[in-house]
Amino acid sequence: MILAALVLAILTLGPIGAVLVRAGGLGDLAPGDLQALRFTVFQATLSGLFSVALAIPVARALARQTFWGRGLLVSLMGAPFILPVIVAVMGLLAVFGRSGLVNGALDALGLPNVNIYGLHGVVLAHVFFNLPLAVRMLLQAWLAIPAERFRLASSLGLTPWGVFCTLEWPLLRRIAPGAFAVVFVICLTSFAVALTLGGGPRATTVELAIYQAMRFDFDLGRAAVLGLVQLTLGFVAGLVALKLAPAQGFGIGRGRWVARWDGRGLARVLDFFWIGLAAAFLLAPLALVVARGVPGLLEGAGEGTWRAAGHSLMVALASTTLAVLWALPLATRRGELLSIAAIAISPLVLGTGLFLLLRPFVNPFTMALPVTAVVNALMALPFMLRILRPEAEQVARDFGRLGATLRMTPWAWLRLVWLPRLRRPLGFAMGLTAALAMGDLGVIALFADPDRATLPLQIHRLMGAYRMEAAAGAALLLLMLSFGLFWLFDRGGRVHVED
Amino acid sequence: MLRIEDLVVTMDGQDLTGDLVMQEGARVAVLGPSGAGKSTLLDVIAGFRQADGVLRWKCDVLADRPEDRPISILFQDGNLFPHMTIARNLALALRPDGCRLSPVQNEQVEQALARVGLAGMGPRKPGTLSGGQQSRAALARVLLQARPIILLDEPFSALGPALKQEMLALVQEVADELGALVMMVTHAPDDARRFAQSVVLVANGQVHEPVETEAFFKTPPAAFRGYIGQTTD
Repeated sequence: MILAALVLAILTLGPIGAVLVRAGGLGDLAPGDLQALRFTVFQATLSGLFSVALAIPVARALARQTFWGRGLLVSLMGAPFILPVIVAVMGLLAVFGRSGLVNGALDALGLPNVNIYGLHGVVLAHVFFNLPLAVRMLLQAWLAIPAERFRLASSLGLTPWGVFCTLEWPLLRRIAPGAFAVVFVICLTSFAVALTLGGGPRATTVELAIYQAMRFDFDLGRAAVLGLVQLTLGFVAGLVALKLAPAQGFGIGRGRWVARWDGRGLARVLDFFWIGLAAAFLLAPLALVVARGVPGLLEGAGEGTWRAAGHSLMVALASTTLAVLWALPLATRRGELLSIAAIAISPLVLGTGLFLLLRPFVNPFTMALPVTAVVNALMALPFMLRILRPEAEQVARDFGRLGATLRMTPWAWLRLVWLPRLRRPLGFAMGLTAALAMGDLGVIALFADPDRATLPLQIHRLMGAYRMEAAAGAALLLLMLSFGLFWLFDRGGRVHVED
Repeated sequence: MLRIEDLVVTMDGQDLTGDLVMQEGARVAVLGPSGAGKSTLLDVIAGFRQADGVLRWKCDVLADRPEDRPISILFQDGNLFPHMTIARNLALALRPDGCRLSPVQNEQVEQALARVGLAGMGPRKPGTLSGGQQSRAALARVLLQARPIILLDEPFSALGPALKQEMLALVQEVADELGALVMMVTHAPDDARRFAQSVVLVANGQVHEPVETEAFFKTPPAAFRGYIGQTTD
């Protein structure tokens, strides 16, 4: 535990220190950096507001309507979390881009086109990623309202407005701010979305400004200041999010389902309108990625793409292994708190620091892939611990005393109790880590030369070269690899698991 | 002998205090109202809970860590790892490092299972056994651990009366075989009467000295009379 915590601290604080030392102290912010800060907060606020505002009717509809495929739709709401950003961007371009479906329809109607690049594109992509998250958070809380409360409301003859005021509004007041805060924090650290759909002085996030400071100006002092700005922003917003995080409430019901009379007639029509809209918004881009990717993939993805896919697989597997080795000793409350620090630190600053630390010993560009693997493992660690910690604590509660009276050695405990009992959540957490690392377009964008590109970077390059068919094929390959890796690990954690 | 001197343990803002001496090979029932601290007393002896005072076994002060104490314990539940076979569960008593057993040790496991009436059940998982069989398997492991102190924290409370008597008889046999001191927490005065040679009453924040079972039930202390519903006149 101490060793793992120490390595974590060195790997997070060391690179920041290296950047500061190399920069000879904090540099000055460029005039555009304040604009980047304003844009970051503004786009995160809009993304949070839109995500939560749209999630409310969708979650409400899913909570009170039953229909064929409802379970599948709710499961699919988890997919954007592991969807590579660059793939989602390709999908959104296919729907909302210059030659996308929406503009095609607008053209046919003789209406002016919409432009996906800039603030609205960034917000649109963030809503695409975070609407499902907000829906799931709200839906979970909605379904936790005991069925007895609705029965009571029914017996009291409450109108739909009365039900909203007595049961749903208190829930929203408690859950929605937390959901907004979580989405806000996620959007604060946006890089890949801003890189692909933003850019330009008016649509640059702090992360993107760090990238530009290092990639184009190699101004480490400015990058370090921006890194600290990002750290402060992330830390404060993270604390607020923790404070606002959804709390328990409503007591425990008996879990039986009571038909809700307030979801009939016009309300039912409206509910299905929202469900249909959300499903189309989430599934259409994915469907188009598949449809447009198949020809590109069948025609041959090209040697560069296959090599990049191999690199991405190696990075994903190395990140997953590293994250597991870290998570094993850190699956405690203290360890989880420590790991959250990793979220607040900019991955780009972290990557730069690691490169600077390595530079005296090796050519840092040859280390692009290992550094990407380490940074991705660090970034995935909080998610992994969030999944593992409750289960690990449960195992300790259930069997810790038995293990002690049997005088089990730590190795025997790990091998015979911990790993077998945690196989299921461990498989899920490893799947998430592998998929996130597979789709990451962060540090690698800074340092990789063409020979060491990962698949997301390769797609970005293909898009930049307007080779859209090849990019679509590579995006489909990335989609399959990300979901495939997630499925393999998650499935591996489930097979032959017995109580 | 097991000696507890100047015990003070704080539980829910209240102190549990007392001094206690129990002989090797004795069978002692720990009786008292719910929440009085019976299980807490066992936790302190097992080392799962910190307390002021000195605990000695044969004049030596007991080690701090539970794993270093010469104690086997059967909990109310969770005595077996559900994902391991019964044989694997028992094997941990002989190889706490989880390594493979030697042929001789495998034979010991088989004998222990046969001793508690579970011959041939080694390859089965706990979930496929009845509650009584699971209790027997846990007891077989106590037999293999062969430690001089056995603590029972109501491990048979979920069993029916007949099965419970059967298990208590088996515990008695195992304890006699090992020459072990057995302390059993129970809510049932009848179990204490049948099983124990002496009774330790835990009530009103006090751990009382052991009293010979027959004498205890002949003239129950006032705190115990209230617990079993007798008028205290």
